[in-house]
Order: sequence, then C-alpha cells, then structure tokens
Amino acid sequence: MASIACSLRAVRPVAMRFAPRAAPVVRMAPLRSFSSSRMTTSYISRMNINRKTNQCPPSLTGLARKYTKDHEWIDLSADRKTGVIGISEYAAEQLGDVVYVELPPASGEWTEQGDSIGAVESVKSASDINAPVRCKVTHANALLEEKPATINQVPEDDSAGGGWIVKVEVDEEGAKQFDELMDAAAYKEFVAE
Amino acid sequence: MQSFARIARASPRVKASLSAGRLSTAGSIRCASSASSSGEALKKTPLYDFHVAHGAKMVPFAGYHMPVQYSSLSLADSHHFTRKHASLFDVSHMVQHIFKGPAAAAFLEKVTPSSWSSVAPMSGKLTTFLWPGTGGIVDDTIVTRIGEDEYYVVTNGACLDKDTKYIDEELGKFGGDVQWTRLDGSGLVALQGPQSAEILSEVLATDINLKEFYFGNTVQAQLKLADGSKTHPVLISRGGYTGEDGFEISFNGKLYPASESTVKAVESLIQTAGPERLQMAGLGARDSLRLEAGMCLYGHDLDDTTTPVEAGLSWIIPPERRKAGGFHGAEVILPQLTPKSKGGAGVERRRVGFVVQGAPAREGAEIQKDGEKVGTITSGVPSPTLGKNIAMGYIKDGLHKAGTEVDVVVRGRKRAAVVTKMPFTPAKYWKAPA
Repeated sequence: MASIACSLRAVRPVAMRFAPRAAPVVRMAPLRSFSSSRMTTSYISRMNINRKTNQCPPSLTGLARKYTKDHEWIDLSADRKTGVIGISEYAAEQLGDVVYVELPPASGEWTEQGDSIGAVESVKSASDINAPVRCKVTHANALLEEKPATINQVPEDDSAGGGWIVKVEVDEEGAKQFDELMDAAAYKEFVAE
Repeated sequence: MQSFARIARASPRVKASLSAGRLSTAGSIRCASSASSSGEALKKTPLYDFHVAHGAKMVPFAGYHMPVQYSSLSLADSHHFTRKHASLFDVSHMVQHIFKGPAAAAFLEKVTPSSWSSVAPMSGKLTTFLWPGTGGIVDDTIVTRIGEDEYYVVTNGACLDKDTKYIDEELGKFGGDVQWTRLDGSGLVALQGPQSAEILSEVLATDINLKEFYFGNTVQAQLKLADGSKTHPVLISRGGYTGEDGFEISFNGKLYPASESTVKAVESLIQTAGPERLQMAGLGARDSLRLEAGMCLYGHDLDDTTTPVEAGLSWIIPPERRKAGGFHGAEVILPQLTPKSKGGAGVERRRVGFVVQGAPAREGAEIQKDGEKVGTITSGVPSPTLGKNIAMGYIKDGLHKAGTEVDVVVRGRKRAAVVTKMPFTPAKYWKAPA
C-alpha cells in the first residue's frame, strides 16, 4: 500500500494551490512546560477556541511539532521520551472523506522509522501511516474507530477528541531522527512546492 | 521496511494509488494491458479547459487528462449529489466507433455473443468483444443499432490500442463488407441522476417524449445553447454507468466541430439546470457509483482471461446464440453455461459482490474460506450510500451464493465478509413497462 505521500503525489500539481489550513505560527510559540493539571485544562479550553478559528491547536505534551515528507506529524515531549503522531491537515484534506482508520495494537514492539503503524482509508484510497521516527506504540486513538471522520475535522489536534493517531514511546535514536524532520515552516514550504 | 519505490515496483495496484488515489488506479492498470498512455503525452478532451476552470483535480486516465473530482464537492458529496439530483461526467476518453455496411451485423455477431441483426433500430445494449479460442473478454462495450446496417459502438479508453489492433485483425480475417470509423476527437458526456430527465428536457431543441424514451434507446436530437442557437445533431442514449436514470450524449467529431460544441452544450446544461440540480462529477464518484451499481470496470473486474460466464454476464448471450454459437470462444463459453451439476463444464470461479466488515477491501485482497485462498477482490470501495464496505471479486464456484460467509485479508488481517447480491443499491433505470 502507498504511503500518504504516495497517494497524494498525483494530485500534487493541482494540490499546490491548497495551502495547508493549519496555522503553523502556533507551533512556533516559545517553549512551555506544564507543571499543573489545571494549566492543562485551561489549555484545552483555549484549544477549543482555536478549533473554531480553524487554527492548529498547540500540543499539550509536546514542545515542538515536526512533519515528515509522508505528511505525518509528531510532537515530542520535553524529556524527548514520548510523542504523539497524526497526519497533517494537508494530507487529511487531500485524502478526502476518511471512512476507516486502522490502528496498531500496543504490541510493545519497536517500529522503525518509515514502517507502517496504521492506515487511513478514504473513499479515494488506502494510505499507510508511517512511523515518523523509531517508536513504540503505547496508545491508539480509539475514537477514530468510531468516528474516523475526526481525522478530517481536527487531524492535528492531539487532545482527547482530536484526530491524533497514536501515542508512542521514543528512544534516543528516535529523538535524533525527530531533529532531522521538517518544522512547520519547512513543511509548509514542502507542500507548497 | 518498504520504501515507496519498492512498493511501487512490487504491486501495480500500489503504483496506481500513487498516481492519484485509487481512482486513477483504473487508469494505470487498464493502460497496463494496452500501454496506451505510458510515455506518450496525455491527450485532452474537448472539456479540458472547462474542467480546469471549474476547479477539477486532473489526473492521467486512459491516456487523457481527466477530472477525478471538483473543488466544490468531496467524493462522497459528489456521489450523494448524483444519487439525489444529477451530475455531469466527461467521458470523452471513451472510444466511439461506427461499424457500417451490409456485413456489419454479421461481423459484430462474430466478435460478440449478442444478436445484432434482430435488434430494434435506435436501441443498444452491453456486450463484450471476445478472443477466439479462449472466449476471454477483450473489452466490454455498448453497441447501438443506429441505422439499417449501421452500429454505434463505445469501448473503453484504456483499451484503445488493444481494441484497435483487435478490430483491425478481426476485420481482416472476416473479409466482409464492413466500414469501420473511429470517431477520434469526439465528445461524450454522461448526465446521470434522478433529475437528469427534467434537465435534459429543458435543453432539448428537438421534440422528444422522454417518457417513452427508455433505457437502451437512442435518438438523434439538437440541444439549445445559451445564446439561443442550437447544437449540431447529437446522439442521445438513455443509460449510463451509475445505476441511476440518465443519458449519454455523443458529439461526433468526424462530422461536426465537436471540440466546440461539447463545451457549449455542457455550459448550456450547467446553466439551465443550476447548481442545485446539476454538478460536474469526476472519475472518483463515477467509480464508487458504478461499484454500488454492480457494474464492471475493465482491467479490474474483467480482463482477457475472464469469460462472460465467469463474469456473471451470461445474460448478454441470448437464446438463439446459445443454440447456434458461431461467435469467438463459443466452444468454451457455451459449455460453461451449464453447471457441472447438470452435466456441463460450468466455471471454476464467479464474479460476486461482498460486504466487508472493518477495513474496505481493495483490488488484490485475498478471499479466504477456513484459511484457504478461494478468490481475489477486483474492486472495492467504502459505499457512500450504504455506509458499508462493498467489493466485487472472483470466488471459487460453489461459494458464490449470497449469504456465504468468507474472510477477506486486508493488510494481513482477516476481515469478515459476506457474499452479497449485486447491485448493492437498486437500479433506477427508466425501463419500458414489461
């Protein structure tokens, strides 16, 4: 099966006209850390506001979000040991109506960078979701089994109710690979190419 | 780990999905057998500029730049809109032909298993071109009798090269008086959906009683244009590829300036109907619509190795031809019509429909029964109308009855599936009262 990038490739010439809807500015916000759960809660309510304005909500756990050429995103935690993975708004828009999301079992096994950790099915196509970095799946977003269309609505939302795909454990190698991925600005340029 | 390049090499289906989602799958695979598009510059239909101006995503399909969908509607929305209102599809990539002459019917009766000399004028039907010896399907086609000894034939765009060679060779062997003209540069559009008839009636400049113009009928007519003028005569056939009522309108490029007239007629249809009733639709919606309607896509659900009996198309062979034979592959096909249980040859595999749980099954997925391979999926899509995953494929004879429970393997996991009668959604053709 094709990666998301592959599935999108042919539409690229036309797709160029679509700018990603996500506003990467949020991602460029200064680093924060969270010390209390209350702060987290207030952050969630702000995120909901963001959703209405169609902005990309900032990550709760992560400090930075990076993107792959296959159109996955990954947030890495401050301690660089855990992450959240999803597909980009650009990819979600290009895939069209997502009708099924194949989630990986939390098998306890490490997945190498670029290997499939799941799949997204739209009316149009089936696309692999590939691991942006070497990682171990700890949680899959069960909401997507019931409501796969969440991916179309809020693909870059890593909160409960968001379209994130999996939460993962990341090791040193994975963290190093993370550093090599595109940041929001670079990704925006990449999809505009 | 599989790199993109490796996957692409390993499996043609994946290569297809690379080149535009599943939709163009159809294009690349169908072309694989005819090699019509690779390496050559893509052709444009008369409506190319119109599509681009209307926000179409263009993809390579059957050697043409074709619209896969339009920015105004998602694939599912376009699908629903067609079933509820009407959609207009550019199908100018399909190949239109005229076979004319005293021996035209005899020729068509050699290469297809249907009867043509007895067919009523201005009516047509589905049939298949067949390989001699094996009875395999060269292409599926709609043939319409448009004159005493004149037949209008529409074949698949992706089979252009193969069909051309086939027809050329067969005409050579046949030797009778048949003139064959390929109507290159023509336009063909499909108006499909429950509101098609009312829309068409508003643009007809010729008096035609659509109530008595039935599925399979064809008529020559003119259409009103926005500036008050009329088109040149066009050929309108009632039918289509969505399971809905609808029409296909042909603009003959050999007789008329079709590249202009097709665009003007489409503009007239779109303007007259308005966006509430009519939208442009692309190959994407066409694929999910035809699959719900249980219709085959050549290169996927049919190929050179499939006989009409295996494909569930025995109904195209009328009683007189079953008796007399005389068409290519009859020696293989006719014995297949009688099941083994009744002393005939029967078939080893049959095309049937499936409803699949969980993940949608796509082309190439293996069908299993009790862990053993019993068939292969040839087309599959999440059905926008039913909200279920539908598919068609070939299954071992004996397991083909509706209700049979099997497994379909998607990404290494078995998914429960049930053999299901097709069409998946009821056909809504405008048929003559029985």
